[in-house]
Amino acid sequence: MSAIFQAIVARKPRSGSVLDPAFRAVTRFFAILVLGLVLAILGALIAGAWPALHEFGWSFLTTDAWNPVTETFGALAPIYGTLITSLIAMLIGIPVSFGIALYVTELAPRWLKRPIASAIELLAAIPSIIYGMWGLFVLAPLLANVVQPWVIDHIGDWPLIGVLFSGPPLGIGMFTAGLILAIMVIPFITAVMKDVFEVVPDVQKESAYALGATTWEVMHHVVLPYTRTGVVGGIMLGLGRALGETMAVTFVIGNANHINASLFMPGNTISSAIANEFNEASGEIYTSSLIALGLVLFVITCIVLGGARLMLARMEREK
Amino acid sequence: MNARYLRRRAVNAFNLSIATLATLFGLFWLVWLLWTLVSRGVQYIDWSIFVQPTPPPGAAGGLGNAIVGSGLITFFGVLMGAPVGVLAGTFLAEFGRGSRLASVIRFVNDLLLSAPSIIIGVFVYAVLVATTGHFSGWAGSVALAVIVVPVVVRTTENMLRLVPDTLRETAAALGAPQWKVVLAIVWRSAKGGIMTGILLALARITGETAPLLFTALNNQFWSWDMSAPIANLPVMIFQFAMSPYDDWQHLAWAGALVITAGVLIINIVARVLVRPQSR
Amino acid sequence: MIMEKIMHKLLAAALIGGALALLGSPGHAADVKTLNGAGATFPYPVYAKWADAYQQKTGVKLNYQAIGSGGGVKQIEAKTVDFGASDAPLKAEELQQAGLVQFPAIMGGVVPVAHLEGVEPGQLRLTGDVLADIYLGTVDHWDDPRIKELNPNLDLPDKRITVIHRSDGSGTTFIFTNYLSKVSGDWKKNIGAAKAVSWPAGVGGKGNQGVASYVERIDGSIGYVEYAYALQNNMGYTLLKNRAGHFVAPTQETFKAAAAGADWQHAQGFYMILTDQPGAKSWPITGASFILVHKKPTNPRQVQAVLKFFDWAYHNGDQMAAELDYVPMPQSVVKRVEQAWQQSIKGTAGQPLWPAK
Repeated sequence: MSAIFQAIVARKPRSGSVLDPAFRAVTRFFAILVLGLVLAILGALIAGAWPALHEFGWSFLTTDAWNPVTETFGALAPIYGTLITSLIAMLIGIPVSFGIALYVTELAPRWLKRPIASAIELLAAIPSIIYGMWGLFVLAPLLANVVQPWVIDHIGDWPLIGVLFSGPPLGIGMFTAGLILAIMVIPFITAVMKDVFEVVPDVQKESAYALGATTWEVMHHVVLPYTRTGVVGGIMLGLGRALGETMAVTFVIGNANHINASLFMPGNTISSAIANEFNEASGEIYTSSLIALGLVLFVITCIVLGGARLMLARMEREK
Repeated sequence: MNARYLRRRAVNAFNLSIATLATLFGLFWLVWLLWTLVSRGVQYIDWSIFVQPTPPPGAAGGLGNAIVGSGLITFFGVLMGAPVGVLAGTFLAEFGRGSRLASVIRFVNDLLLSAPSIIIGVFVYAVLVATTGHFSGWAGSVALAVIVVPVVVRTTENMLRLVPDTLRETAAALGAPQWKVVLAIVWRSAKGGIMTGILLALARITGETAPLLFTALNNQFWSWDMSAPIANLPVMIFQFAMSPYDDWQHLAWAGALVITAGVLIINIVARVLVRPQSR
Repeated sequence: MIMEKIMHKLLAAALIGGALALLGSPGHAADVKTLNGAGATFPYPVYAKWADAYQQKTGVKLNYQAIGSGGGVKQIEAKTVDFGASDAPLKAEELQQAGLVQFPAIMGGVVPVAHLEGVEPGQLRLTGDVLADIYLGTVDHWDDPRIKELNPNLDLPDKRITVIHRSDGSGTTFIFTNYLSKVSGDWKKNIGAAKAVSWPAGVGGKGNQGVASYVERIDGSIGYVEYAYALQNNMGYTLLKNRAGHFVAPTQETFKAAAAGADWQHAQGFYMILTDQPGAKSWPITGASFILVHKKPTNPRQVQAVLKFFDWAYHNGDQMAAELDYVPMPQSVVKRVEQAWQQSIKGTAGQPLWPAK
């Protein structure tokens, strides 16, 4: 609250002020409850993961074995899958989101801006299980029958990147999962980009136009530098979503605990491994390894978010 | 017209076309998704969807118990989560501008907001299901409440911050104690925005499946009993979609359409609520 | 204003609904109305059919969630359900340790299914060791000479074999890998038999239904499912060579033949594995599915109701099971099972929960 407000509040008579501390205490209690909740989640994860971490140590992060029979578990394959699918999602999603934000803010006629923005936001409203079903029943067959064979035949033999597109045309796999994730994160990144593009002071843009800059040059040299912080924030938000997405990925990732060079091969992500195996994992180490996977994901998400916050804070200070 | 100018024009035209294509790209997926939903689901929507329970494979039935179950779980999820969120958001907006504690809570709230919902499901399983000995609708509600809280905290704080300080100062100058200022003036002023936040949270949890997998499980019969596994739409859709039975798959698509329609309606209502604010 | 009125009405309706929900929570009366069980997807079609008929007859609802055999064991051990179901039987020591009683409810067959353009159901012939090598990844094309030699009349394409396995902990997997371990030394040494193994190749589907889904979708794939799933979907089941050297098809008859020789009398805790059984007509990958309940349950009324259900199923469910090509337990075994109930399952005062009054 402002200084004036504080001063007024401090000077008022005693009556009614018994409730004030009470009210403040109540709201503070619930705020701390939120903090406590996150700490509790972290605590529960660590407690549950402890047996596995104790057993495997750091090698848990570097082994790609996932063997319930010999009770050897390693997180490398799910971590790889999570990172790769998120990377694909970002590679596709960021340019597309930027393009949409650019279109909506600079190119679209006034009457079209709101409808298109709303339409893109609709993508975010669709529940993730719908994405999963659509991915498995509609997108995957199309990829398997039309797109993938073409790509494998034509690009599969290229020297370096060919290996990324080799293998049988299954339709499901890391690429499909990454593509669906891209579609899911586009609305988030677009919304943030659009919002920050819109707050760029008109004066700055107009000066550039007056100097003869093209629309693209204004975007590139004026808007983007000005909105760097927001753009990075939006990207981080999208990345966080991609890393944690479960249902859409579970339908199409193929659940293979292996690391394959090809993007068309099945893989596994941390969240789909947990979704698939948690209810059935019997044995302490198995369950604990799954919870350890969850802990790894939580830590990764924290790092991404924390890093984003730090970057934003630094950029703020630099301004 | 020198070459450099032409090149700049070309680059400009090129990039703007790419932007247009990107927009079409985004819209293309949306249309395809909605088209798939409608074309595959609408033919199976009729009264029996809402009135009959989920059938065993090979029999006719509906989604009634799943819809009711989902309604119950989400209702209690919002009931538990929204007050926590509103009060915590109030603290951050009214008492926490500049305090260290508030910054920490804001950061932690963002963490919770981005936490994968499956982790929340695992957490609630460890705390409520494993300890009490059964899956239950309550556990599912608690998991959903945990998802509701950070959304409501964020939107409440933002909405309350939008209320101009002059309003608060005027009320205080007239002798109102702080709690009254907040309750009677600030909350009332931001009412629409706070409701929007709650509705957005509701929309978000309506489609959530992962946290319910290990908490509420599922139930093939009519059930009002929240202390046992209860039918719910998302888990049911998950089961039925992956099954090899035709009638189950049809029900899954119908359910998918029902959920999406529900979420879209909630979103529209939330949007409409905010408009009247700009008086 | 109108918006507010509508919101108020919705809120009121929601509160009333919520109150009803709270009221609906028990006070469990003397009668048990709902039973909760979880576990194997293998018997799910027949349990669902029995549950439906039982509900129509008695009003008692049996809510069975097919989350996989591993899940069934885990949840009954955690006491989050009234009974667990698993296709992988627990050994006597494991039963002892967990304080559980185990009994078989139904038998059926696990069937390899293949999706190959131009090959009809029941045309493809395989042997155990070829199947094992396919799953090991050493035989990776459909026109591999070993497959060709077993199928001289089929025109096999030069296509990669996409192996489909289970992504969750499954008794069906246990039965399948148990069979593979018996017929392939390589498999036994490198992979072993369990509810979940480290698959050397392929894609994982969730539940029997997930595997069936993938096989249906991917041309050139092979998977293994419980027979009812193959039947339901007209899937391309294969013929297998059994121990006696004959190629047999998966039918109720061949499942029964495999089960006929089973020695239930000496099975400790009814532990029985029916893979690779002798007999000219035996289907090599047959298995029984088991129910697990606690010896001294903390909810005796519920468990008694569970026993009542299975007793009803034993005596009234044969026809329904046969319709889905499952093999019901023979009456001699049923008698033994109910004797075991009487001897082992006790209520809070130490009284036997069976026969139910």
